[in-house]
Amino acid sequence: MSDDGRGVEFGPLSLHVPEPAVRPGGEPDFSNVTFPDAGSVRRPDVDTNPEDMRDLAFSIIRVLNPEGEAVGPWANLLSDDQLVEGLRHMMTLRTFDARMQIAQRQGKTSFYMQHLGEEAVSCAFRKALAQGDMNFPTYRQAGLLIAGEYPMVEMMCQIYSNERDPLKGRQLPIMYSSKEHGFFSISGNLATQYIQAVGWAMASAIKNDSKIAAAWIGDGSTAESDFHAALVFASTYKAPVVLNIVNNQWAISTFQGIARGGSGTFAARGLGFGIPALRVDGNDYLAVFAVAKWAIERARRNLGPTLVEYVTYRAGAHSTSDDPSAYRPKMESEAWPLGDPILRLKNHLIARGAWSEERHTQTEAEILDTVIAAQKEAESFGTLHAGGKPSARDMFEGVYEQMPLHLRRQRQQAGV
Amino acid sequence: MPRKTMIESIRDAMDTMMERDENVVVFGEDVGFFGGVFRCTQGLQAKYGKTRCFDTPISESGIVGAAIGMASYGLRPCVEIQFADYVYPAYDQIVSEAARLRYRSNGDFTCPMVVRMPVGGGIFGGQTHSQSPEALFTHVSGLKVVVPSNPYDAKGLLIAAIEDPDPVIFLEPKRIYNGPFDGHHDRPVTPWSKHDLGEVPDGHYTVPLGKAIKRREGSQLTILTYGTMVYVAEAAAAEHNIDAEIIDLRTLLPLDLETIIESVSKTGRCVVVHEATLTSGFGAELAALVQEHCFYKLEAPVARVAGWDTPYPHAQEWDYFPGPSRVGRALVETLEG
Repeated sequence: MSDDGRGVEFGPLSLHVPEPAVRPGGEPDFSNVTFPDAGSVRRPDVDTNPEDMRDLAFSIIRVLNPEGEAVGPWANLLSDDQLVEGLRHMMTLRTFDARMQIAQRQGKTSFYMQHLGEEAVSCAFRKALAQGDMNFPTYRQAGLLIAGEYPMVEMMCQIYSNERDPLKGRQLPIMYSSKEHGFFSISGNLATQYIQAVGWAMASAIKNDSKIAAAWIGDGSTAESDFHAALVFASTYKAPVVLNIVNNQWAISTFQGIARGGSGTFAARGLGFGIPALRVDGNDYLAVFAVAKWAIERARRNLGPTLVEYVTYRAGAHSTSDDPSAYRPKMESEAWPLGDPILRLKNHLIARGAWSEERHTQTEAEILDTVIAAQKEAESFGTLHAGGKPSARDMFEGVYEQMPLHLRRQRQQAGV
Repeated sequence: MPRKTMIESIRDAMDTMMERDENVVVFGEDVGFFGGVFRCTQGLQAKYGKTRCFDTPISESGIVGAAIGMASYGLRPCVEIQFADYVYPAYDQIVSEAARLRYRSNGDFTCPMVVRMPVGGGIFGGQTHSQSPEALFTHVSGLKVVVPSNPYDAKGLLIAAIEDPDPVIFLEPKRIYNGPFDGHHDRPVTPWSKHDLGEVPDGHYTVPLGKAIKRREGSQLTILTYGTMVYVAEAAAAEHNIDAEIIDLRTLLPLDLETIIESVSKTGRCVVVHEATLTSGFGAELAALVQEHCFYKLEAPVARVAGWDTPYPHAQEWDYFPGPSRVGRALVETLEG
């Protein structure tokens, strides 16, 4: 305090409001982000003391180098066949997205959210899980379903809210649910499910089960208090859960610096809770798989939670209701230094001698045919405004296990 | 038959269910080793171990969010929010998640969970230990909302709530934890050990959700109430020599409309009494239902006695609390109306 008691000796205060490096009209610039070389980040044993691997929260684990080779301690976990399968999953998800995006534009559904550029994250993670494990996903992890062989027709029926919609038209498009496929019902509210995943994992531990949970959140939603509740519960009870943060740089129009604040990385959030935190190249299928496998093994061995930040880039719009050209440079996604996950895995497979341009083109065509066939089948059961749809009666069902009298009365009133 | 306080009967319900069903788990702030600030969970950790009854961080959204995850796994969590006044950080979890999980997943995932919390005033708790937020929950489709008024009901309703396949908000009027309270704060309190409804059978029994009970048969008017106000209403009617039919709703959602209609159709007069603030309170719903279903039987306007529309004050507790004189005035006016 100054001598006169008014506290003015340091001059007036001013408010800091962070801004992204560039806005529309500017040149994309990622010079403020450091990307370590592939293979350069160490791989500690899964039972390493969290205090002894704090460095992993400030680096980026990468496997694929610019030449398409898999290098370093996180490489060599997947066979050629598994990598080809992974490539097919990502290509399927991208094709699925493209068709559904068009279907939305054609008015066949109200809304859609695509994964463009982020396909590796959910596709590779799914392959590291076991049957019975449970994901608590956000709206951009449909790769968990695609890579888990969930029928595409079911997904599309949900998107179309048609007569075969497994959710009876009650949920927004893409808010899938499948217990059988380890995919918890997507809420659409943000961050609420992060702590639920921790609770599910605690239940598994209470029952001395062997299943683990995976929580999912975006960079923006880590600012929600439920994220912090999840971390403290996971830390306190050493819950068998993998806490995933998909940092795709943009929360609708808000750049990740607004949610990240003064912290160096999102992964670093885990450190204050004593939770091991790893950052991984989210556009590198091999790196995502390797880190997921590491974190899942840690959970399964009862060593507790792991926080994983996937550094990726949302190459498309947030949703069909969004236009990114209003808030970021048009060419920013092309300038993203971590490249495209499909292209990178394709190049790696070619470098391994397990793939070729011809096979790739042929596979693209096959996948397109499969997706179109699924779409035709789904559309035969209706789309949002045409053909078969869930009955108005369905609206009143399932609020409770037994319909209470007041709902019965309202259903009669509605005449359904 | 043994007589118990409401605290003991609530503990007995959890004990009974933890004994019968190993999927029942109990947790919350100070709930484990210490047994809860009101001692409702005393002894449960010692009896069932730390993984079935435990302390949590001070994070209401964390408590309820974790419980939802556990319920979706297949457990039956019965969690405590230390005071209803602290439930708001968990409101999103309750409203957007627990209440809708069955609906939005078409039954793929469900949420058999109980959230217990002490409610109501009369203990000089000021604005952070006295609120009655039931209407914030009765407005939410997918929830059940229960308010017991005595030890017998508290145990039976809590067992029914734990066994229920859907999320139940279980509101415990803290002023009557140890004995019925008729609003005469200057008189000695009768303990539950001297009250018939303090008789609580051992072992398992249920009081069904969604069923009201007539606490007093009467002919002149119907009082619709619940929780602590049951005793205030009884006292007010007795002091004015009014032959009131007093209905203890016990469950607010789903509501036992039949019992209400039957009674008001008979008496032709209705007074709604609750502690919670008046505007958009649950009494508004009750008054609307009564006029919808009993309009042509009504001989007087439906009256409401409720907490004033202010935050719950501290020093002015007895000016705020809708005690027997305010209730009595409404009864007299309704009879004369």
